[in-house]
Amino acid sequence: MKRFLHTLRTMDWLYGAGLLALGVFAWVRYDHHMDIFEEAILLSSVPAFAWLGWWWKPFQKLAAAVLLLSLAGIGLYEGDLARAEKVFLLKYIFSSQTLIGWMCMLFFFANGAYWLGLLRKSEFAAGSGTALTWCAIAMGWAGMMVRWHESYLIGADVGHIPVSNLYEVFVLFCLITSLIYLYYEGVYRTRQMGAFVMLVVSAATGFLLWYAFTRGAHEIQPLIPALQSYWMKIHVPANFVGYGAFAIAAMVGVAYLLAARGVLASRLPSLTVLDDVMYRAIAIGFAFFTLATILGALWAAEAWGTYWQWDPKETWALIVWLNYGAWLHMRLTKGLRGPLLAWWAVMGLGVTTFAFLGVNMFLSGLHSYGAL
Amino acid sequence: MPNSTLRAWYELLSSMRFAVSLLTVLSIASIIGTVVKQHEPFNNYLNQFGPFWFPLFESLGLYGVYNASWFLAILVFLLASTTLCIIRQSPQMLREMKSFRTHAREASLRQFAHKENFLSAQPPATLAAAASAYLTSQGFRVKEDKRDGARLLAAKAGSANRLGYLLAHGGIVVILVGGLLDGNLPLRLLLALEDKHPTTFAQLREAIPAQARLSEGTLSFRGNLFVPEGERSSLATLNVDDGVLVQDLPFELALEKFSIEHYTTGAPKRFASEVIITDRASGQSERHTIEVNHPLTFKGLTIYQSSFDDGGSSLELLPHRLDANTQATPVKALSATVGTQQPFGDQTLEITSFRSFNIENMADTQSTSQTIFSTLQSRMGSAARHDDGKKFVNVGPNFQFKLRDAAGQAREYQNYMLPITQEGRAFMLSGMRTSPNENFRYLRMPVDEDGRIESFFALRNTLLNESARHEIARRFAKSSLPKATATDPMLTGLIDTAERTLSLFAKDGFTAVGGFIEKNVPADEREKAADVFVKILNGCAWEALQWVREKAAQPRLEFTEPRAQYVRDALWAMSDIFHYGAPAYLQLTGFEEVRASVFQITRSPGQAWVFLGSLLLVAGVYFMLFVRERRAFVLIKDSGDVLFAMSANRKTLDFENAFVLHRDALKGLL
Ligand code: HEM
Repeated sequence: MKRFLHTLRTMDWLYGAGLLALGVFAWVRYDHHMDIFEEAILLSSVPAFAWLGWWWKPFQKLAAAVLLLSLAGIGLYEGDLARAEKVFLLKYIFSSQTLIGWMCMLFFFANGAYWLGLLRKSEFAAGSGTALTWCAIAMGWAGMMVRWHESYLIGADVGHIPVSNLYEVFVLFCLITSLIYLYYEGVYRTRQMGAFVMLVVSAATGFLLWYAFTRGAHEIQPLIPALQSYWMKIHVPANFVGYGAFAIAAMVGVAYLLAARGVLASRLPSLTVLDDVMYRAIAIGFAFFTLATILGALWAAEAWGTYWQWDPKETWALIVWLNYGAWLHMRLTKGLRGPLLAWWAVMGLGVTTFAFLGVNMFLSGLHSYGAL
Repeated sequence: MPNSTLRAWYELLSSMRFAVSLLTVLSIASIIGTVVKQHEPFNNYLNQFGPFWFPLFESLGLYGVYNASWFLAILVFLLASTTLCIIRQSPQMLREMKSFRTHAREASLRQFAHKENFLSAQPPATLAAAASAYLTSQGFRVKEDKRDGARLLAAKAGSANRLGYLLAHGGIVVILVGGLLDGNLPLRLLLALEDKHPTTFAQLREAIPAQARLSEGTLSFRGNLFVPEGERSSLATLNVDDGVLVQDLPFELALEKFSIEHYTTGAPKRFASEVIITDRASGQSERHTIEVNHPLTFKGLTIYQSSFDDGGSSLELLPHRLDANTQATPVKALSATVGTQQPFGDQTLEITSFRSFNIENMADTQSTSQTIFSTLQSRMGSAARHDDGKKFVNVGPNFQFKLRDAAGQAREYQNYMLPITQEGRAFMLSGMRTSPNENFRYLRMPVDEDGRIESFFALRNTLLNESARHEIARRFAKSSLPKATATDPMLTGLIDTAERTLSLFAKDGFTAVGGFIEKNVPADEREKAADVFVKILNGCAWEALQWVREKAAQPRLEFTEPRAQYVRDALWAMSDIFHYGAPAYLQLTGFEEVRASVFQITRSPGQAWVFLGSLLLVAGVYFMLFVRERRAFVLIKDSGDVLFAMSANRKTLDFENAFVLHRDALKGLL
């Protein structure tokens, strides 16, 4: 711990101080909207983000960019929702839907750049992929912040953090998946996996656009009573760290399988690296998914009176969890490696996707708020 | 059992292969439970699977997979397997955690995959001190072993990784124990031991059989509690298989008031019950509010807001007769309670529900053509609801009821209390459907300028009345041909036609008129003929309206377009009534609402265990996956030969990097 604190530079302390100031500001300004649990969430999110930024430096710049973008959006509103239609900067840049629209576009471009980088062996193109991904995340995250603000502009009773419906969690999925990916990109100093990983993000982005255009899903809806819970605010993001990490593992698994057959092998990182990323992603995903499932149980205990009632969504979460648990057992205790694990990781995403989307579409249960 | 058999069982149960098989079976069984809807009425399954598969699936317990005995058996085996696995592994794990392996031999260190030889000019003691300091600074704990002509630094880091195994698997055991405690198992044991049997709701209405009544001491249960406003209850019902058990509670719950709040879009915002809870032992009362996500815990039981229902609201109903003999007996107002039934003519009237308000989108739906560009525009900007022309309005109370005939066939109706404005005109709406799978089709009866429905029925009774037919036709013809004398053939012809039109209409509305045209008019003249008939009907209805007013000593109405529209709407409604299927329209004239709250009530002693186990599990997973166990050995010989070796229980890339890092750092110390 002491060793870690000694490595911090001035910038790091500034970042920490900024976070603290934000936290204090939020506390003073919005305390009347919060109950004790939400205060606890706010209190713990300051050290959590501080730690994240100290441990992974590029995150600090992202946080600063998000802060500036969101402040611009919130400031331009001047407390009047109608200004979204009138003020040019709001309509075309800083309102939440426009920011999220930019995010979608930037993700598509990033994916294209990564592919160009991979196929042409161009460092520049791959580097642009990275830069575009960072920008997309900044835009999308700021979009979520502004959306949060907009929800309060609609009405104090409507306001809520945007993690409550399928549209919002898909944005979250795109953000978290690409963030985790960027982290690995830095750790392993390779950009080649981006082409594959960003495919999932692009697919999610495509879904988002379809969902907003044909279903009008982007509209902020007030929370029904069952969703008015502080558990939701941590359960959902924790779940999406899990889903995001599993998605990365699956796409790296695809890259692994291709490389193992000699396809793109000279352009992709070595099998050892791919295998390692796959393991680390599943490990992170498993840890967060465990946490998320438990948080879900705590929430269910409070809203429905039972922490577990074999509702289809819960059951499928268990199946996903068991699946990755088995994966880890095979790898760690049996020392299994190679294409079989990669196949398994790819299939795992199938199971996960069913748990995430399929259950809402095909099975009926209590988690019906996510219905398509 | 001979020792060797026990041994074999132990080996099997504690083996990973067995655990993985169990988990696979558990997953598959769980999937079945999500695909087959659970705990539906048995009739639904019979319809779905047919008479061959239904009993087979029933005996397999597929309609309640998670309560089936084989499913519980899997969980019990999983519990055993994981426990045995811990028992089997933990001694070694603990040994590993404690041991520094200071006795490692040179030969075995040389077998390590990660090793390096150096030659040092430094005195061994100095080098040992420096290396030890370095390793400590890197988070290792170091122990030194002096041996013949050499010393060994044995270092380890991340022993908590092994602890993680114990925590995580111990956590799973604790969760399983807690879950089994709260599950169906204790109740099944109780039923078997105390000879209790579920009963049916129908029987409960008469009396509670002692065999279906559980005492306060039930270890764990989950039941429902239905309390209407102003009433109290101390009995919960537990659904078991296809029946129900009654659970005595240690307190009495009285519902003072149940309130619902809505957002402007009509979505629910808050459900809250204000209750008074009285301890039956001490007689003391407390006042509480129970809300969704804010349960109340009392005497070890937790009470949750689950849903709400009508608690027996009483409705004032005024029937307007619709059958042929409308003049006969005037019907009297009646009152009815939601959830009850009463005879109604030769049918049975069952009031099924009542809602005191209904929020609907009342915007006139016009299809606006949207271009891609305008769609894009509307998806940009704020995420607030764009003005899509929706207008959410409370349209007031409505109620639903069924009319069941002697053969048991029922039609379902939904009547609104207040007139509802559509396309600028106000109607009383009554929906009808013949099966619950259909949407309601609405009968729209226009109200008059004072917002009353009575004039519609007065008009209908006159217009469809056979004895009034000639007079209406006469008045219509007279007003169409004001100058004609009584014997004018034009006039008598018109009277005749009008009379015949009216009698057609009185048979089956516009359908009868249409049928007549189809039969008697050549195809190319039908449209014109229909036009004429409609004009005649409109005119007759207009005159009938005036005649009704005349009899009620009201002045004649001046002709205006809205009034003409009223008459047209009235004709359409009269025509639709032929397909309405009820002997009367039941107008809701008053109500006294009584709501009921449905609570869920649980005693779950396992919950605390499950959460404790979860905590252990999270900690364990963290330790197992993110704390890396490492060992480093530095063997320094007095000769100056140095052997550096490292090992880890997980072979990952960052271990390779760590080895290179530490090796190079040690080289720098030489
Ligand atoms: C619900 C059942 C179980 C789950 C979810 C589960 C989960 C896990 C997880 C996530 C790991 C982490 C992999 C690692 O880093 O080592 C692990 C390791 C392990 N599990 Fe399980 N496990 C379960 C049951 C069992 C059973 C029944 C056994 C006994 C045969 C077992 C034996 C082991 C062993 C030996 C390890 C490796 C520990 C080590 O070397 O650090 N597990 N388990």
